[in-house]
Amino acid sequence: MIAAENVEKHYGDFHALRDVSIEIPDGSLTALLGPSGSGKSTLLRVIAGLEVPDSGAVVISGEDVTHTSPQKRGIGFVFQHYAAFKHMTVRDNVAFGLKIRKRGKDEIARRVDELLEIVGLAGYQTRYPSQLSGGQRQRMALARALAVEPQVLLLDEPFGALDAKVREDLRTWLRRLHDDVHVTTVLVTHDQEEAMDVADRIAVMSEGRIEQVGSPRELYDTPQTEFVMSFLGPTATLRGEVVRPHDLVLSHEKIDDGVAVIIERVVHLGFEVRVELLDEAGERVTAQTTRGRAAELGLYPGQALFVRTARPDQIPAL
Amino acid sequence: MKVDRGPRIALRTVALVYLGLLLVLPVGLILYRTFEDGIGAFWDQISTPASISAISLTLEIVAIVVPLNVVFGVFVALALVRGRFRGRGIVQAIVDLPFAVSPVIVGVSLILLWGTDGWFGGVADAGFQIIFSLPGMVLATIFVTLPFVVREVEPVLHEIGNEQEQAASTLGADRWQTFWRITLPSIRWGLAYGIVLTIARALGEFGAVSVVSAGASGESETLTLLVANRFEDLNLPGSYAAATVLMGFALVALILMSLFEYRSKRA
Repeated sequence: MIAAENVEKHYGDFHALRDVSIEIPDGSLTALLGPSGSGKSTLLRVIAGLEVPDSGAVVISGEDVTHTSPQKRGIGFVFQHYAAFKHMTVRDNVAFGLKIRKRGKDEIARRVDELLEIVGLAGYQTRYPSQLSGGQRQRMALARALAVEPQVLLLDEPFGALDAKVREDLRTWLRRLHDDVHVTTVLVTHDQEEAMDVADRIAVMSEGRIEQVGSPRELYDTPQTEFVMSFLGPTATLRGEVVRPHDLVLSHEKIDDGVAVIIERVVHLGFEVRVELLDEAGERVTAQTTRGRAAELGLYPGQALFVRTARPDQIPAL
Repeated sequence: MKVDRGPRIALRTVALVYLGLLLVLPVGLILYRTFEDGIGAFWDQISTPASISAISLTLEIVAIVVPLNVVFGVFVALALVRGRFRGRGIVQAIVDLPFAVSPVIVGVSLILLWGTDGWFGGVADAGFQIIFSLPGMVLATIFVTLPFVVREVEPVLHEIGNEQEQAASTLGADRWQTFWRITLPSIRWGLAYGIVLTIARALGEFGAVSVVSAGASGESETLTLLVANRFEDLNLPGSYAAATVLMGFALVALILMSLFEYRSKRA
């Protein structure tokens, strides 16, 4: 298990981490999610030993490593911009940590080939990083970090510099890799979709604090703060109540405490249909419904309808 | 900017005539004079004891100065780029000092410091000759060539950033291993370029060295001093021959320089 205990960090006047405590269970894939400046990268770098906290402690597998240098922490770190060793071949990049550990030549060669196979770069041994695409470079960086069999793998916005399509492929790939390799992993991201897709646990951060830690489902369905609510997905406000747009139920008849609204615009986004509504007070509310339900209701701009929030017991359990 | 054909040719002519008159003609003239009486005469001039001594002394100074400036230059460049210390601005200015100060002043200041009446004059009294001896010439050459390695390595360090070094440290490398395996290979072309500039400048240094050299022919005469002294003694063929040797070294440096500059821009 990795733990940060009451960690404080300042950069000059900037309060980067405010009394942060978190526990990361063995074998989990935890995402640190938050907007830029929320302290998520700083926390990761403190765990790695690339930053020293002003106060507080970092514990890896029961050992206080707060003042241990990164080289002795048994970590693997992957940087947003790959940090590939440009003057080395793919083979030498991946072998770097093993050579530092003075492993035998045959062992290194075998292990490098094995890792390149795992990350899908078999046959790329003699290439240089400049001859690889961004996605390939990042997979090489992952192989390099995994080569030293770290107790924990730390990923700092690993897909942030990649195209949307490559990013999506790589995160699916990372999820599978984690299922195979089972190394405790901490991933920093500002993309809530990425966090929900990849991680089994998410810690939402804001202004140097951890707002909430939980499974993606927990955070989405039972956010404890408004920040977590709004950061994990779109929100709509109906009569002062903040809910998810898909928890707004449209109907022709007034049910319970339904509010009368007029449809301003209907947007078809494939399976999802977004309905922009105006209530009697002139406030805008956006509801989300499905293609089938929209067709059932026969929605059109200018139509008068009723909207209410779905009661929790009506939210279908998965 | 688009320039019409007529003015374009005129501009090119002016530029070529300028370069030709100011650079190519003087150098060409020396080459012509050197080989006027054949290769044999040239060889006789550069194989005299004084010539051989001057060539070896010049190379000796280069051989001492370059390693010192490489170690110091890389260290200072690292400190300037990676370090966060007070007085960085002052260090930056000091590194550029040799560009601003005339070499003659460097020579005079060295005499003020190391001469018998100077602050460190005691060293000479103790029998360790600095001024009018090899150490003085080495000090003078170090002074004038000091900025080159720092100034060539610094931008490269800026450009590569420190993520590769951090990555190496997370992979278990200590500072020393990181320096040898990551930092040094990353800056190698910039460093090579800085070394060649240092060599070229050290070969050609005249002003500072002439002040601190005893000027004894065959003993404390560098190639540049040999050229000047032979010229003053009206040994013109000897002077031209020595100048040609100097230019030969410079040419090699120039070719290496272009090569390294090309490599460092590509890397």
